[in-house]
Amino acid sequence: MTDTASNTLALPTRPFLRPLLQRLAPFVGTPLNAALTLLLLWLILRVGWLLLDWAVVNAALLPAKPETCAATTGACWSFVIAKSGQILFGIYPPAERWRAGLVCVLILTTLVASARPSSWRPWLGFAWVAMMALVLWLMGGGFGLSRVPTSSWGGLPVTLILTVFAIGLGFPMAILLALGRRSGLPVVRTLSVLVIETIRGLPLLSLLFVASILLPLLLPEALLPDKFVRALLALTIFAAAYLAEVIRGGLQAIPSGQSEAAKALGLGYWNTQRLIILPQAIRIVIPALTNTIIVMIKNTSLVLVVGLFDLISSGKAALSDPDWPAPSTETFLFIGLIYFALAFSFARFADFLERSGMEKRG
Amino acid sequence: MTETITPSAPVAAIRIENLGKSYGDFEALRNVNLIVAEGERIVICGPSGSGKSTLIRSINRLEEHQTGRILVDGTELTNDLKGIEKIRSEVGMVFQHFNLFPHLTILENCTLAPIWVRKLPRAEAEEIAMRFLHKVRIPEQANKYPGQLSGGQQQRVAIARALCMKPRIMLFDEPTSALDPEMIKEVLDTMIELADEGMTMLCVTHEMGFAQAVADRVVFMDRGQIVEQNEPMAFFSSPQNERTKLFLSQILGH
Repeated sequence: MTDTASNTLALPTRPFLRPLLQRLAPFVGTPLNAALTLLLLWLILRVGWLLLDWAVVNAALLPAKPETCAATTGACWSFVIAKSGQILFGIYPPAERWRAGLVCVLILTTLVASARPSSWRPWLGFAWVAMMALVLWLMGGGFGLSRVPTSSWGGLPVTLILTVFAIGLGFPMAILLALGRRSGLPVVRTLSVLVIETIRGLPLLSLLFVASILLPLLLPEALLPDKFVRALLALTIFAAAYLAEVIRGGLQAIPSGQSEAAKALGLGYWNTQRLIILPQAIRIVIPALTNTIIVMIKNTSLVLVVGLFDLISSGKAALSDPDWPAPSTETFLFIGLIYFALAFSFARFADFLERSGMEKRG
Repeated sequence: MTETITPSAPVAAIRIENLGKSYGDFEALRNVNLIVAEGERIVICGPSGSGKSTLIRSINRLEEHQTGRILVDGTELTNDLKGIEKIRSEVGMVFQHFNLFPHLTILENCTLAPIWVRKLPRAEAEEIAMRFLHKVRIPEQANKYPGQLSGGQQQRVAIARALCMKPRIMLFDEPTSALDPEMIKEVLDTMIELADEGMTMLCVTHEMGFAQAVADRVVFMDRGQIVEQNEPMAFFSSPQNERTKLFLSQILGH
């Protein structure tokens, strides 16, 4: 070939090789491309092998004893296996761990059951209230179960409860704040702006400190809610302020013709918002809502600064066992995997919602 | 010039007295008086910015007027929200841009207000909706979404949606202005059918053929005022006011 099109190879005549070579052409067409391809391949294989070697080949698995780990240079999964109960449930009384486990199953099952738009019926609201009540009973005890104070709660159930309650309670609050900020009533509008801007202006850490340290100084003992509840409140209003601004973005995007048509049919303000405006507005901002909610899932880990034992703090506590070589990488990988599973499945769910909305509109 | 209202006279469907509204320095409506009798069909025309849309939107208070009075079926439009919602449920409105609810099916668009405002059971609301969708000749689209329909079909759905509330008065705000030419006729035919059934109608439109075919009266507006009104024959053949003549020559000239 005499032309300078250097990224085309002289192709052999045998037809089945053609497609393969065509596909390879961009990677090995020029000497530089070929060199880069080789270098990257070598790097990928090298790093991949190191990881595989550490995580699988040389890893210590069973029996889940400190000696198993001491005998190898690879990952110490034995620790994660032996300590899984403590990592997952923290300082919750070991004899009662089944309750904490059940709470996790209950929350996750309700979440999965709520995922299908076809199940968004009034009964779902009742199911959620029932689930929340059941969760509080199982975790806290009473009515036949031994009492477990919130100071002994820990691990995954704490993370799940904080996430689900903060977003579940924060979302309706956010809707009210977003509507309030667009209200024609000056008092409502000013109050909404004040709440949103104050909360957004503060770091979550400072809100948590206010809830855990300042509030006890200001409120009399009798009126003071439990430390867990105070942290939950801080997380809830924090989520509400952020979600409110996201929802407001969606409200702005709805053409005024929509509310005019609703008004012209005789629908009142609340029915117009509930039936016409919000369903469209929220669908528009699903990507931004997903973002905020995923950030909130991970933000719950900040409660460790006020002495609550979420998943990360219980992992750290487990690592302090002197009998074990403290394999922190493995432990945090395990915890990271749980967070990833939560955040990623939520992201997939949001993606699915967005798609189902698009199909509908044709 | 005040009209005397004799107690024995039937209550006008719409009575507008000395209506005024301004945006800052701009007077959108100036001293507008209009009485619409039950069953009367009125076409309002005029150049853009003449206040015709503002006037028709004032009748169900999508615009708030500042001076004068509006009475719909004898009830005055005030700030009383319940009263306004009551009047709105008796007055159907069709918009230039259809304003269907894109997240609901055609059927749901039509049953929403009957269910939530009239408190009808779903089955009954659906039955009524299907009847009116038949009437506007698109029952087969009932389970589609607005985005899947043509402009003409969407506007006919919008008419059906308004009719499902069994309104006593229908307001049309340039119902064919946003449509492709080949779709205008299907919408006008639906409106003519409605007029033939005796519906009280106020229609802002530039479709002069429609005005000649169905209007009892044509109202010409300019700069926020009613300049001239007459029955269609006289309105088109011998307009009195210079501005009317100019407008008609522009609109009918080509």
